[in-house]
Amino acid sequence: MTERISFQQVTTEYYDVLKELGNIGAGNATTALAQMLQCKVDMKVPQVRLLNFNEVGEVMGGEEQIVVGIYLAVEGDITGSIMFVLEQNAGKALVEKLMGVKTDDEGFTELQISAMKEIGNIITGAYLNSLSQITNLKILPSVPDLSIDMLNAILSVPAIEFGIMGDQILLIQTQFTDEVDLNGYFILMPDLESYAKMLTALGL
Amino acid sequence: MSEIIKVGMADLNVCKSPDGITTLGLGSCVGVAIRDPIAKVGGLAHVMLPDSTQIENNTNRMKFADTGIEDLVKKIVSIGGNKSRLEAKIAGGAQMFAFQNKSDMVRVGERNVEASKKKLKELGIPLKAEDTGLNYGRTVIFYPETGEFVIRSAGKPEKTI
Repeated sequence: MTERISFQQVTTEYYDVLKELGNIGAGNATTALAQMLQCKVDMKVPQVRLLNFNEVGEVMGGEEQIVVGIYLAVEGDITGSIMFVLEQNAGKALVEKLMGVKTDDEGFTELQISAMKEIGNIITGAYLNSLSQITNLKILPSVPDLSIDMLNAILSVPAIEFGIMGDQILLIQTQFTDEVDLNGYFILMPDLESYAKMLTALGL
Repeated sequence: MSEIIKVGMADLNVCKSPDGITTLGLGSCVGVAIRDPIAKVGGLAHVMLPDSTQIENNTNRMKFADTGIEDLVKKIVSIGGNKSRLEAKIAGGAQMFAFQNKSDMVRVGERNVEASKKKLKELGIPLKAEDTGLNYGRTVIFYPETGEFVIRSAGKPEKTI
């Protein structure tokens, strides 16, 4: 019955549901982050936004801004992928906090990259876990992959996945507050069938 | 004073000399730059997907290599370009992550490049230069006056093709 559902329909009709899912997911991710860093991390209420492709870069702080993108494939009852995007400086701050060592140079060392992957793994894992609990669907994330590059270049990957379905991208912006503000973005990309499954699982 | 016109994702536009045209942070997408070297007019398309015929939701023609390039050529002709003199340069089509999961997403950058080349060939537009593939993003600026295609990437020296 929900097979012919369009992406536009999903996003406009179920905006509030997606927003709530985003809220809970980001909340869990924050808790996981606090446990990992063993300190208090606050989270501002996440904003869920449906943006046109050409708006995304500007909203997220500039198309050429260097960011860390962590990308995982999702399998199980729902299929698709999830991406977590973090400003380079915020990523660097997180890694240094986790490892307890500060480095001077701007980029990431090999070791910091694997620590960053682990952070991404934990954050996205916590996010997907809560999604799985709410919907009672099996969600299995793959090993994360990481890329550090210009925001738009990183975003081209989810944008292309959304591009198959429509002309907009669904973005969940989360601001973690520690000693510094860390802006993070979740981009969840289930395929259309999975959207239908998720909504059915929620009794909608 | 010359201006630089900005083209977004799944977008295209044209300009006249001495203006330039740019698109920021091409990842797996491809930037297709076409100009008429005599009339010194040209344009740039930022295409995301290879083939409009394989996707149901294909109302945005600028999103695809096949229809996007067709429309770009029309637009260049409409501002004074001569179809028989057109020449092209392309950049982008990177693979940003080592794996990309879904079968239709695999090698999407590479497929965008192939589809762009195929369309150019079909339209009889020679490809003068390319900077494609690999695993990093590119910002491009195209000047129809000289045909220079400037490519900037994070942590790499700027180059012109």
